Amino acid sequence: MSASSAFNDEKGGSSSVGEPEYGHDPASGGIFSSDYKRHDDLKEMLDSNKDSLKLEAMKRIVAMIARGKNASDLFPAVVKNVACKNIEVKKLVYVYLVRYAEEQQDLALLSISTFQRGLKDPNQLIRASALRVLSSIRVTIIVPIMMLAIKEAASDMSPYVRKTAAHAIPKLYSLDPEQKDQLIEVIEKLLADKTTLVAGSVVMAFEEVCPERIDLIHKNYRKLCNLLIDVEEWGQVVIINMLTRYARTQFLNPNINESLLEEGGSGDKTFYGSDEDEDEDEEEKEKKAEVAAMAKRKPYVMDPDHRLLLRNTKPLLQSRNAAVVMAVAQLYFHLAPKAEVGVIAKALVRLLRSHSEVQYVVLQNVATMSIKRRGMFEPYLKSFYIRSTDPTQIKVLKLEVLTNLANETNISTILREFQTYIKSMDKDFVAATIQAIGRCATNISEVRDTCLNGLVQLLSNRDELVVAESVVVIKKLLQMQPEKHSDIIKHMAKLTDNIQVPMARASILWLIGEYCEHVPKIAPDVLRKMAKSFTNEEDIVKLQIINLAAKLYLTNSKQTKLLTQYVLNLAKYDQNYDIRDRARFIRQLIVPTEKSGALSKYAKKLFLALKPAPVLESPFKDRDHFQLGSLSHLLNAKAGGYQELPDWPEAAPDPSVRNVEVPEWTKCSSREKRKEKKVEKPFYTDSEGESGPTESADSESDSATGSESSSGSEESGSGSESEESKEASESEEEEEEEEEEEKKKKKKDLKKPVQERVFLQTIAPSSTLKSYELLHRITGEGLSVEYCFSRQPFSPDANMVAVQMQFTNNASSDTKNLHIEDVKLQSGMRVKEFPEIELLPAGETATAVMGIDFCDSTQAANFQLCTHTRKFFVSIQPPVGELMRPVFLTENEFKKEQGQLMGMNEITEKLTLDVKCRNEHTIVQRVTTAANLSRVPCGSDKEFAGRTVTSGSLVLVTVATKEEGAAQLTVNCEKMVIGTMLVKDILQALTQ
Amino acid sequence: MNQSQGFFKDIQISCLVVGWLLSNTASIILSFRVWGGQSMTDSAPSWFFYSAEMIHSLFLINHLGDIFLEKHWKSVISRSVCDYFFEAREKAVDPENVPPVLQTPHHYLISIYRGKLFFLSVIQTEVPPLFVIEFLHRVADTFQDYFGECSESVITDNLVIVYELLEEMLDNGFPLATESNVLKEMIRPPNILRSVVNTLTGGSNVGETLPQGQLSNIPWRRAGVKYANNEAYFDVTEEIDAIVDKSGTTVSAEIQGVIEACVKLSGMPDLTMSFMNPRLLDDVSFHPCVRFRRWESERVLSFIPPDGNFTLMTYHISSQNLVAIPVYVKQSINFFEAGSCGRLDITIGPKQTMGKTVEDLKVTIHMPKAVLNANLTATQGNYTYDCTTKMLVWDIGKLNPQKLPNLRGSLSMQTGVPNPEENPSLNIDLKIQQLAISGLKVSRLDMYGEKYKPFKGVKYVTKAGKFQVRT
Repeated sequence: MSASSAFNDEKGGSSSVGEPEYGHDPASGGIFSSDYKRHDDLKEMLDSNKDSLKLEAMKRIVAMIARGKNASDLFPAVVKNVACKNIEVKKLVYVYLVRYAEEQQDLALLSISTFQRGLKDPNQLIRASALRVLSSIRVTIIVPIMMLAIKEAASDMSPYVRKTAAHAIPKLYSLDPEQKDQLIEVIEKLLADKTTLVAGSVVMAFEEVCPERIDLIHKNYRKLCNLLIDVEEWGQVVIINMLTRYARTQFLNPNINESLLEEGGSGDKTFYGSDEDEDEDEEEKEKKAEVAAMAKRKPYVMDPDHRLLLRNTKPLLQSRNAAVVMAVAQLYFHLAPKAEVGVIAKALVRLLRSHSEVQYVVLQNVATMSIKRRGMFEPYLKSFYIRSTDPTQIKVLKLEVLTNLANETNISTILREFQTYIKSMDKDFVAATIQAIGRCATNISEVRDTCLNGLVQLLSNRDELVVAESVVVIKKLLQMQPEKHSDIIKHMAKLTDNIQVPMARASILWLIGEYCEHVPKIAPDVLRKMAKSFTNEEDIVKLQIINLAAKLYLTNSKQTKLLTQYVLNLAKYDQNYDIRDRARFIRQLIVPTEKSGALSKYAKKLFLALKPAPVLESPFKDRDHFQLGSLSHLLNAKAGGYQELPDWPEAAPDPSVRNVEVPEWTKCSSREKRKEKKVEKPFYTDSEGESGPTESADSESDSATGSESSSGSEESGSGSESEESKEASESEEEEEEEEEEEKKKKKKDLKKPVQERVFLQTIAPSSTLKSYELLHRITGEGLSVEYCFSRQPFSPDANMVAVQMQFTNNASSDTKNLHIEDVKLQSGMRVKEFPEIELLPAGETATAVMGIDFCDSTQAANFQLCTHTRKFFVSIQPPVGELMRPVFLTENEFKKEQGQLMGMNEITEKLTLDVKCRNEHTIVQRVTTAANLSRVPCGSDKEFAGRTVTSGSLVLVTVATKEEGAAQLTVNCEKMVIGTMLVKDILQALTQ
Repeated sequence: MNQSQGFFKDIQISCLVVGWLLSNTASIILSFRVWGGQSMTDSAPSWFFYSAEMIHSLFLINHLGDIFLEKHWKSVISRSVCDYFFEAREKAVDPENVPPVLQTPHHYLISIYRGKLFFLSVIQTEVPPLFVIEFLHRVADTFQDYFGECSESVITDNLVIVYELLEEMLDNGFPLATESNVLKEMIRPPNILRSVVNTLTGGSNVGETLPQGQLSNIPWRRAGVKYANNEAYFDVTEEIDAIVDKSGTTVSAEIQGVIEACVKLSGMPDLTMSFMNPRLLDDVSFHPCVRFRRWESERVLSFIPPDGNFTLMTYHISSQNLVAIPVYVKQSINFFEAGSCGRLDITIGPKQTMGKTVEDLKVTIHMPKAVLNANLTATQGNYTYDCTTKMLVWDIGKLNPQKLPNLRGSLSMQTGVPNPEENPSLNIDLKIQQLAISGLKVSRLDMYGEKYKPFKGVKYVTKAGKFQVRT
């Protein structure tokens, strides 16, 4: 016998215990004490040392939870089992814990240590599950523990644990939003993760915690695009939605030029008065006016990254998951050039065969799309035909789509379809069809009469709802051309005897009143009948009766004066204040008395003014300002947490922010080679998934405009400059004293450059020259530029620092006319450009030297490096050590100068030398590498001397070594800023 | 318990007051949220502080409107939130007409209707509705896969497994493991033998080993699959969706095709399926296992299959193509004003059957309300008329081209009620074995990566989908 049944027998065979009745409602027993008792034996079972009993108990408890019953009083008994060996018991305890921990925070803390132990488990799955449960327990006190666990898990070896860490981020965030900054750090780290497992989850966390931090995406953009196809379905949806928003902020509108063309073509559209299109055009016109100038200036070229996104999402239209297909569809709708949007139609139509809920959502979105892009769905018109077995809500949506798709060519088939729909048994649907016919009639003038006749026939329908709806629609149609249709108005006047639907009655009365001149004989009679039934009418009908009376009084007062008085008197005592108000207002206006003001003269104008015909609009018009596929779009109201879809930027931000160093490319420049590489890529990753830069050959991205905006940020360093100038003025006095001396020295320096250079070269071999990157080959689209401070005097101008640049053309085509443009400098700085390099053939390298006068500051020199096709924004910022050139001083001279640069001008720093840097030679080498100085020969300490390039201020450096690597660094310089920075640099050079 | 909650409430209020008095800082309001704990979910502004994503709670509701299961992935949301749904349910009359997305003051409700059950999820913030709908259907699919059906009785019988499944499928409201192969490794589906063994030994239905599937590059296939007989079966099923009008002309016709697979192969087989005429397939959707690039370039399906049953691909042949309609219907249904009766005469004959026999032929007509009864004679098969649902079902069976089935007779109508204006439309069901009506044919199935020789089989069948004849 099983242990559990034996136990039950012991318990005196209480049947409810013997049979684990999960479905049994304990409340139905009606007696609380029995309920209580039941929990008692659950407790006993949990306390037993048999796993089977524990399992049985846990199963029953979980069943209680599932039923929504309260099992919180069992918390102490359950939480004890958190460390149970049996996996199933453990799992069920977790379920319980997550459910009740929030209510029993203190007791829940007892379980934390188990999870903390689990976090250290060698098995990745146990680590992950521990983190999962730990982060699901909503207890505030453990926030620091959670934070720590997440941070650790984020750098776990196992991608599965890292994925769990990503999942835990939003949980912690919702528990304590103050952790946001720390969590963003973790997100940033996980975004850089290269596994597909993590990608979806971390983007989800990103969307949850910091959707505004779009800058975190830049570096990961291409990776996300390329990984997308291998990410699990749910992650794909999240990533695609996020990338849609991203692309809207980073790329240019691909339809700028096309919308211009359309504007020209809209002239011939107007004849069927498609309201939607016109409005859209008008809105766009304003935008176009701004954009037009820009667009005309340069043709639109799609950013290769934009193209990458479109290309890599397209295969996902074939996903089995409707949410993924919809996500791609909305991405294309919002981001793709008009000509390419069409591809989504087929996939969306396919979704119409899915579950009715899916149909419902898809049709809503199709309805919105079909207004903007009608042509897209036209070929699939028949797929929107309605079956009698469709649920009404689907029918109505299909009808909406059909109406949106109607144009001159297909209207006859659509109307034929509508005819069968009108016969449907589903009256709500019939009413919607009548509305749809009305809309077709207003939009397409050719069929207006046909539609009107059809609707008039419906007036004799037996179903009142159908008639009422027809009346309302006919009213709207008649307003467009009332003269032609007085017979229809007469016909409708007769209907007042039969139709009871208030809206329809009100519509008829309004029509008669409005066009009473067309039916002069009938109108007073209708008023007479209405006056009779006035008290029994609905409010909207009453209001229209008053209106009718007023209008007739104004046009035909002889016949209707008394009737009007009667109606107004009835209205005066009506229960509804609206009606009383209306009556009072109208009486004052139309019945002339001595007191009546100037207004009554204009009464006729007021009441019988020509009214514009109503516009029958689709309820889906303009819904596309919500991101398609979103909940907000569906509800046509902003849902909580909805992220607005940004407008396209006018000028694209710098595209180079997305550039990343990809080591694989270093050696393969041709596409063939790269394809071989792809074999190693993870599983199914799109073999075409070349990253953006490779496209640069076919299309130029417009970084010229982009980099303009980025340049602004680089000017922020001006604060430090002013500081520097202050200090400079402080030392002015001393400077004056030395001025003459210096002048002499300068001359001397100039006379002896050769000597110095020889000297320099012996100490600082040229191999130690450090080169810096000016332009990366990815950013430069094949052109890479490196520069180094050659430490040679710049012959055209001695006050300039020589910068040697090395250009390498990695692209497959030649680069021409390399030169510098648009130099942006701090005041006082000067640049001597290098002569233009006319041709740099593919694969070749060239060098050039330019001179920059940095004014003894480390401000960057910004300029544009131009080729015949492109401009690159670059900047050169010198390390402080390059702002000086070596001078030859004897030890005595050195001591003397040093003596004059004491106090404020002396900076001393104690340091421990790097182990490798204890001998004299290395110290000298390191110092001279860090700064362009020369060693004072024969000195007892290691002494170095130099002068700043621009002002020629002396720079003296002393390194005094003591025992065991201890040392003291002294820098004497009248320019304190330079001195401070130099100390820092040399310190770094010596200690590392 | 309740006392302590009340205490917390006090704190929360005082905190709030102090918060406003001091500096209106966010931190104090946050502490208010935290202490509020569960009770907060009921009070009005609390959700504003919650940044909940995706699915918050799930309620399963039967056709009577009873909530028989609830699962919360975050703080508990009172089941009273379902009242909004019940209201909408009542308004809609037909369960199919309940709007899938409802807005309530503090939540959004997204629901699906499957197997006479409502799966109702509670959402607090923006989320793509299809995401939730698709997920809920996946949950229902999983139940079906585990228990053979998705009904209230089966769910309540397996409540614990259901709960464990829900726990694994969603983490904090975001889908975690939805692949059936992965789930089955973690939670074993019940079978009779095991449940007997479990009761005897106290064993469990939770996998002893931890699943590795989620860790691999091929999350849909479990590791270490072994079969004595290696076999792979594929069912190509095509459904014809058509609207035929009164005169017999086709208004629209589409084919919805699906290839269902049952693959029981050991190890890690890599399969390639090629077609005789792949050009037919211009709109397809695949199981994630199918390598899309291979399809794009070579028009072959290359994939490492999941273990067991799965849908390999679906395809759609749209109304722009010519679609063969296997049967024609001659019908006349008339209602007469005098004598309050009607006549019905339906004959069905073969049209484009490609030489195959049409089986399981069935005609369903939803009659207007006024039709009280039907007095008909069928030359073949039986008919039934349900007076309450007004459904006339004529079960014909096999279609014999020599002797066409006919159903004729009179309909008795309610007196004193005007004649129905509309004529009911006919819904046709049929089946044709050994034929894919689009002409699709699998030419080869090759296996790489394993040494054994599997047994392979492909079956074709054509059915009527939404096949409607207007009258």
